[in-house]
Amino acid sequence: MIIAEQKTLEEIKQIVAGYNKLLVVGCGTCVTVCFAGGEKEVGILASELRMARQMDGQQLETVERTIQRQCEWEFVDQLKDAIEDCDAILSMGCGVGVQGLAERFPTKVVLPALNTKGMALTVQEGLWAERCAGCGNCVLDKFGGVCPIARCSKSLQNGPCGGSVNGKCEIDPEIDCGWQLVYDRMKAINMLDKLYEVQEIKDWSTARDGGPRRINREDLRL
Amino acid sequence: MENEAEKSPNGYEPKVVAFACQYCAYSAADLAGPTGLQYPANVRLVKLPCTGKLDVLYILDAFENGADAVFIAGCLDGNCHHVEGPLRAKRRLVLANKILNELGIGADRLGMYQMSGGESIRFVEAAREMTDRARQLGPSPLNQRKSAANE
Repeated sequence: MIIAEQKTLEEIKQIVAGYNKLLVVGCGTCVTVCFAGGEKEVGILASELRMARQMDGQQLETVERTIQRQCEWEFVDQLKDAIEDCDAILSMGCGVGVQGLAERFPTKVVLPALNTKGMALTVQEGLWAERCAGCGNCVLDKFGGVCPIARCSKSLQNGPCGGSVNGKCEIDPEIDCGWQLVYDRMKAINMLDKLYEVQEIKDWSTARDGGPRRINREDLRL
Repeated sequence: MENEAEKSPNGYEPKVVAFACQYCAYSAADLAGPTGLQYPANVRLVKLPCTGKLDVLYILDAFENGADAVFIAGCLDGNCHHVEGPLRAKRRLVLANKILNELGIGADRLGMYQMSGGESIRFVEAAREMTDRARQLGPSPLNQRKSAANE
């Protein structure tokens, strides 16, 4: 899923400064699961912003709504009745959600409350860790299901580098060395010999380097 | 009947909201009367099915609606009917404290106490301690702003 975390209150206060009636919109999917922008977080942030404004001797009116997904028009359209008399929309969705609202309501100011961090796994309660970098050409078959692009700090396909120390990455002792994970996994499934294969230089044009990506499925279009 | 000793010497009486678990603190508060114990009338009790049900939003709602101090009263560690209620509540207080400090209201206006259902004296002590603390701190900065705006 997509993970995100809330900007600091100070940042959000500055972002919404000058707007007196805000529509605070949560998203009921990824950011609900990572406790960044679901219905509960909408309530908390709206309350924080109202109190923060009162502390400055001013008033802020908020309207709180949470839709199932900010990245699908069917759900975004449910906000139509709520946006009319709001000065701005504060989205608690990921970057996709913010842009979804901006595209659907072209004359409205749409502001972000979150920083989107990537695609991750819930490792345990309160801990999410990146597992996919969205490179556009999956190589997990070659590395035993451990992605060297997402989990090696250098995204090496022919690793490890010299910075692997006791199974940890040199950039942070809390971060596992991606290539140690690859090695351990390949060993566990008796496929260590496959690591002798030298990987060719990766074609990054399928990743962000190739420009904004899109998928066009003619069989699904109406 | 109001006990004079329970009143503030300077006339300022804070609003204190207590979120109390129904299995321990709420029972303890209930037992205070039959055992002849008084706690300040400043305290408004909100019954929770468990302190594990505590939500940061409840605390913020209390302050936004005029509370000068809030305290959570839950079971002793290891005695929770739902096993982990007070542990979860303590975790949520970490976020609540952070938010209250960021807002300028101050985390010292938020407290947590643990007790068994029979410890009415413990509940009374908690109620008095939080009320005294709120009296010393004065009206919450949010209430001060509201009063100034209304004048």
